[in-house]
Amino acid sequence: MSKKVEKDRVGTIFREEEAQEKMEVEVTEVKERGDKDSPVLIYYNWCKRCGICVAFCPTGCLGRKPDGSPYVANPEKCIHCETCDRLCPDFAITGAKDK
Amino acid sequence: MANIPQKIIHEYLRHDKKFPHVWCAGCSNGIVLGSIIRAIADMQLNRDDIVMVSGIGCSSRMPVYVDFNTLHTLHGRAIAYATGVKMFKPNLKVIVITGDGDCTAIGGNHLIHAARRNIDITVILINNNIYGMTGGQASPTTPHEAIATTAPYGNIEPDFDICNLAMGAGASFVARTTAFHAIETQNYVKEAINHNGFSMLEIVSSCPVIYGRLNKKGSPADMLKHMRDNSITLAAKEKLPKEKTEGKIIRGILKRDERTEFTDAYAQLVKKVMGGKHE
Repeated sequence: MSKKVEKDRVGTIFREEEAQEKMEVEVTEVKERGDKDSPVLIYYNWCKRCGICVAFCPTGCLGRKPDGSPYVANPEKCIHCETCDRLCPDFAITGAKDK
Repeated sequence: MANIPQKIIHEYLRHDKKFPHVWCAGCSNGIVLGSIIRAIADMQLNRDDIVMVSGIGCSSRMPVYVDFNTLHTLHGRAIAYATGVKMFKPNLKVIVITGDGDCTAIGGNHLIHAARRNIDITVILINNNIYGMTGGQASPTTPHEAIATTAPYGNIEPDFDICNLAMGAGASFVARTTAFHAIETQNYVKEAINHNGFSMLEIVSSCPVIYGRLNKKGSPADMLKHMRDNSITLAAKEKLPKEKTEGKIIRGILKRDERTEFTDAYAQLVKKVMGGKHE
């Protein structure tokens, strides 16, 4: 009994650590890409994957990953209209020119 | 600390303490909050001069996230508290954030009497047609025949037109817009704050998780598209024939007039009665 509980707990901790690690990798990836050449910056820690930014992007700059989160599919298409900025309910994306 | 380098987030939101916020994925409250803080950033108001008051509800969580003077009060009583704040410090800009159930059902009495007095507070009413936080009960603005958890076979009651209610009660600035029209919201918030008198701004919003799911309205983006396609401006409404405007959301400034503001009248009364002896 106690062994099982311990095993479960270890499993949970492992899963949490894995998720955390994955998130950190994503965030640093975006940070690096955003600072250098990406016109749109996405802050995945706050994103809730509602899909509004992708649905209303007028030029098709943003795409959707299989899990529903947005990514910059066509960086060259961004016209800095700030639609994603204004319509994001979570303040998790910015396409402004002077960030 | 948020790494996202948006200036308004760092300046006006409690981003390092309270974010990500509690609202569901795709909830329009976040869009409205963005429009409000952009309006305040445009007006270059001092953060200490703004008081944001709210009651209970989804939208009423908003003062938790902004870095102004904030009051999170009893259910429906936000306007009553705001009246007290404004009477004591008339130089402050008092903004009430409230929901449809909070303001028109539980606090309906406060709403009509604040409008009658024409006290200079700005009420931003976020209308999502349902009581979202408590699980989807029908509110006074749930449309006729819409489904809610307390109306599983369709709502038999007709719904409130909040702007007409405020106009009838005597509010001197009444406007309506939707959460999708973010730039329009930003402009109307600015006008409502600048107006000297009771201003009511109704923002039609969406609740994709409860109202949208019960009534099969689709994804959050679909609900915003519905707002875009089913709303017309006041100018367009006057041009179109009546059958084309039925069931549409009318956006625009519906009423604006100047009449005596309550705190001004009170100051004049004090001056008259005391004859300059009070100071």
